[in-house]
Amino acid sequence: MRTLLVVAGAVVALFLTIAMLGTAGWTRPPMAGQQIGYRGTGMDLIRTRAGNEALAEANQAPAPADPVEEGGEKASAVYQNVKVLGDLSADNFNRLMVSMTEWVSPEQGCTYCHNTENMADDSLYQKRVARRMLQMTQHINSTWKEKHVHEAGVTCYTCHRGNPVPANIWFENPGPNAKSGFIARNNGQNVATPEVGLTSLPYGVYAAFYAHKNTPDDAIRVNAQSALPESKGKPIQDAEKTFALMISMSQSLGVNCTFCHNTRSVAQWGESTPNRVTAWHGIRMVRDLNEDYLSPLAGTFPPNRLGPQGDVPKVNCATCHNGANKPLNGAHVVDAYPELAKPVASADMPAGTPAQPATPPAAPPAPKP
Amino acid sequence: MAYYQNIFTQVQVRPVTPELGIPVATDKRLGKPFNSYLFGLFGNGQVGPIYGGYLGVLSFACGLIAFEIIGLNMWASVNWDPVQFVRQLPWLALEPPLPKYGLKILPPLAEGGWWLITGFFLTTAILLWWLRLYRRARALGLGTHVPWAFASAIWLYLVLGFIRPVLMGSWSEAVPFGIFPHLDWTAAFSLRYGNLFYNPFHMLSIAFLYGSTLLFAMHGATILACSRYGAEREIDQIVDRGTGTERAALFWRWTMGFNATMESIHRWAWWFAVLTTLTGGIGILLTGTVVDNWYLWAVKHGVAPSYPQVFGPIVDPSSVVTGVKP
Repeated sequence: MRTLLVVAGAVVALFLTIAMLGTAGWTRPPMAGQQIGYRGTGMDLIRTRAGNEALAEANQAPAPADPVEEGGEKASAVYQNVKVLGDLSADNFNRLMVSMTEWVSPEQGCTYCHNTENMADDSLYQKRVARRMLQMTQHINSTWKEKHVHEAGVTCYTCHRGNPVPANIWFENPGPNAKSGFIARNNGQNVATPEVGLTSLPYGVYAAFYAHKNTPDDAIRVNAQSALPESKGKPIQDAEKTFALMISMSQSLGVNCTFCHNTRSVAQWGESTPNRVTAWHGIRMVRDLNEDYLSPLAGTFPPNRLGPQGDVPKVNCATCHNGANKPLNGAHVVDAYPELAKPVASADMPAGTPAQPATPPAAPPAPKP
Repeated sequence: MAYYQNIFTQVQVRPVTPELGIPVATDKRLGKPFNSYLFGLFGNGQVGPIYGGYLGVLSFACGLIAFEIIGLNMWASVNWDPVQFVRQLPWLALEPPLPKYGLKILPPLAEGGWWLITGFFLTTAILLWWLRLYRRARALGLGTHVPWAFASAIWLYLVLGFIRPVLMGSWSEAVPFGIFPHLDWTAAFSLRYGNLFYNPFHMLSIAFLYGSTLLFAMHGATILACSRYGAEREIDQIVDRGTGTERAALFWRWTMGFNATMESIHRWAWWFAVLTTLTGGIGILLTGTVVDNWYLWAVKHGVAPSYPQVFGPIVDPSSVVTGVKP
């Protein structure tokens, strides 16, 4: 009995040790701590040197295409059905098209968006989406320049990274759908969810905070602004939502809480770092893009590109940031493509109309004069 | 004869006939006692007979009902999938009612009704167990130190799940039943109320909690170290001092100039343990009811220091007038 117990105990201890070493996701020194606040306040960005190298390696900006000579005919005069980039010279237009192919569909090539028989044809949904995405890129680089993207700007590659669908997108999460009559109360939480750091916190935070421009400014704020209660405060469930959102932001940017907040008082702006202001505008930008540029594409995407609730793929912080606090290591990617930083000519420009399925070959919509 | 030497060579005493202790007026002990090496590794080798009694049976039944409701709700939340139930078990929970139901006694079962029923049965089980502890202590002619220490833990439990929610006017303020969910709730609670570390009763509770571990380690180590001189008969030696206690006292007087007595060390340990949950409960009770933001409270009362500004003034962007660049 005694020997058996000792052996059984040793075996269990051995397996637990192996499991601990193999599954806990250890990071090992050498660490690369960086002080980002007053000394002694624990305001440090804690990473590993190897992690920093891997992050920098994974976020290399692609070399911009060689510049072409300015001048020449406008794209709108050379090609039909050019709605967004018509003012560009035809050479520059082609340069951007080649770059876009490398950024978005390097394997699929031009045919991912274009009908090669008639490049002006809008029959492929990818082309109609791409046109809207070009407008979105211009919108980000112009309207959000001062507030969020600054000189770095974005190109298609910032999000796409060579994938037709960016790696980090989100859909509304319906949660586990109860099939039985005994419906448990999970409160939209209590499922291991990667977007909220595998916590048990609410998983529907993107839909709650990132979908609508008219989200109230205090939706994320749960702390009282006075020491003593002066009015009915927010319930703890709201604090859990905010906590979950902050974890997702932290993961998306590869930083800890102190990158933006002094954690002794996460709510006080005076205690925070300037990064919090940038992040605040970033949240507004994400809402703006989701409401004005992505959600209206609901009818454009085919059903297999939509989420379980029939919603379009949407953006969050990770879509651009991909785990780095400065996407693509902060490279000024838009410098080589000034056409992507032009203010959007018309924000409600139609995305194009699909071909009539019954009458191939589809007649392209009338080119823009 | 075997005697205790160190933490790796323990002694298991096995009576030839089971030890039944002193006779008591009403004896409702159940089961046939037996000796177990495994149990002996942790405590006494003899298991049973256990005292049942109607309080114990009722308490156990109520606890079982609560346990079952929690478990079935957890299982239902993964669509009765046994694999997911095991995989997700640490994440699963039974959540309190939604804020909109306030203090409604029985909201719909799936929206917090089950939580209230569970809370009722769990609380009943705990209170009955407390009564059982008290009555057994009296029946054996003991002091009631154990039940009162348990009452301190029950105080914290009741504050978290009953008293504070009632004062706040909503069951939604209570803690979910679940492994990770109650931990995430705790973190969210601190975030919601502006950092619980600035709550002075939380500070006290932490001091007593860590103090308890320190006292426990010091006392346990002292008695084990002197057990070869009979110091494990520590209570005897409160009045009848022997070599073990003398040496234990001398050790601390030599190393830190001061020593507890065999009696006072137990008072210290008892009070530290009891005050951990007592002060913790007060700290939770004050949070949200009379203090809404502990950080601002600490600033107001000069508890939280201010540090030099490293960055320029950071202004809340939502307070900046629209149209002006922040």
